[in-house]
Amino acid sequence: MAGDVILEAKGLTKEFRGFVAVKDVDLQVRRGTIHALIGPNGAGKTTCFNLLTKFLTPTRGRITFNGHDITHAKPADIARMGLVRSFQISAVFPHLTVLENVRIALQRKRGASFDFWRSERVLDSFNERAIELIDAVGLSDYVHAVAVELPYGRKRALEIATTLALDPEMMLLDEPMAGMGHEDIDRIAALIKKVSVNRTVLMVEHNLSVVANLSDTITVLTRGQVLAEGDYASISKNPEVQQAYMGSGDA
Amino acid sequence: MTTAAYQIDAPAKTTTLTHQYVAFGIMTAFFVVAPIFIYPVFLMQALCFALFACAFNLLIGYVGLLSFGHAMFLGTAGYISAHAAKVWGFPPELAILTGTAASALLGVLAGALAIRRQGIYFAMITLALAQMIYFFALQAPFTGGEDGIQAVPRGIMFGFLDLSNQMTLYWVVLAIFLFGFLLIYRIVHSPFGQVLKAIRENEQRATSLGYKTDHYKLIAFVLSAALSGLAGATKAIVFQLASLTDVHWTMSGEVVLMTLLGGLGTIFGPVAGAFIIIAMQNYLAQFGQWVTIIQGLIFVVCVLAFRRGVIGELGRYLKKPL
Repeated sequence: MAGDVILEAKGLTKEFRGFVAVKDVDLQVRRGTIHALIGPNGAGKTTCFNLLTKFLTPTRGRITFNGHDITHAKPADIARMGLVRSFQISAVFPHLTVLENVRIALQRKRGASFDFWRSERVLDSFNERAIELIDAVGLSDYVHAVAVELPYGRKRALEIATTLALDPEMMLLDEPMAGMGHEDIDRIAALIKKVSVNRTVLMVEHNLSVVANLSDTITVLTRGQVLAEGDYASISKNPEVQQAYMGSGDA
Repeated sequence: MTTAAYQIDAPAKTTTLTHQYVAFGIMTAFFVVAPIFIYPVFLMQALCFALFACAFNLLIGYVGLLSFGHAMFLGTAGYISAHAAKVWGFPPELAILTGTAASALLGVLAGALAIRRQGIYFAMITLALAQMIYFFALQAPFTGGEDGIQAVPRGIMFGFLDLSNQMTLYWVVLAIFLFGFLLIYRIVHSPFGQVLKAIRENEQRATSLGYKTDHYKLIAFVLSAALSGLAGATKAIVFQLASLTDVHWTMSGEVVLMTLLGGLGTIFGPVAGAFIIIAMQNYLAQFGQWVTIIQGLIFVVCVLAFRRGVIGELGRYLKKPL
């Protein structure tokens, strides 16, 4: 059913000076699902992700979001359409407080904030909603902490709170669990599950086991191409996927 | 807004603002009594540079953009206001306004070009544009070339403030400085200022949250240019002179020095930095060429010993941002 697809890429290709990083990728993300894009190092996951979020422009191919062609849209524009991304390196505003971080996103509801003559006290009306979001990601004790002082896992939680503040229809998470310990992975996984209610999530991950219990659909990329797609059970049994992950020993 | 959340936030907010109000009170009180024991002309010069440094700091301290061509805004406004007062016979308030407007306009043009690049490229584009303005000022007939525009009449402001009276002039300059200072304070602490800080901290993230960062950067650039222009125009009326010194690239360097010395991204830092530099130039003038070397040494010591600048370190010691 075509109406069921929220984000679709067709024949997505990105070449860097002759090197093909992403080749002819077709991707359909169904509304309300958690979709994982996985693959070994250098498979083109991040390139693919940057193409979908418009931080890169594809060499060929077409991307549609909710039926609108966004192939040539700007990153800020698609964020306004409800397609919001996170970054591999945790993307917080380091020298602002946790509250201020979340408020920057909430402030978007005012439209453009060009009013330099008005006191920032007008932003206090967002505090209530900001604190709700901060509570939701388990950062209640850190409301006035400066973001740079948070431990890594908490920074990611803050980033998710900031992304949620935009109430996006679809969230794109770039390796949300990269560089985390086990407790943090479990906490962020639970958080992603929690925030995915009424939303679509597309996440890029390196590690297959991390996304096992989390995603409805998994797409495996290798060498810039789609190798396999399906749920965890079918993907994990796929011999080609196993080989891609074990290395190309006897290929 | 009577929720628990608001109450949690309230104490923290009030304290951050209160100590800055106290600091502002101390600064203003100092400027009110200062002319009793400090030569007013020196104070006026320092106030003009303090406003210039504050305007520059708006860009580097709160947006993270290092302009290396801010002399073009100081100098252009100086020439235009001097010309307006001397040749067109404008009263001082209109002359200053015309100069400021000219710098704002130049800010729109320069900003639109420069903000397309970041880091060193941004600095180089602003420097290149400032050099173009310098050579224009050197060659254009109305600027007087090497001589500059001299004997600019101070005139009578609003029809009743006779600026040839030194103390009247001092109060006018102080009022202009405080207006600029408070405007910058408001810009920094506005919803717009919050977005600027977000851009400074992580521009990509600000973009991904849906902010068109170029628009914010351009508005900040124009505001900074206009306020630098206000400083330059006021300075031209005070010293009755517009000269090449104010458009020269060394002036762009000096404002960087003032801001770094006082404290990048602090509200009061650029004021302190400007006073230190201007005082050094005045009181160390007897050492002639050595001033530059002493300045250089102080700069090196500053960068090595207290990187946050004088006010930045003080704020850290007091655990309160100044």
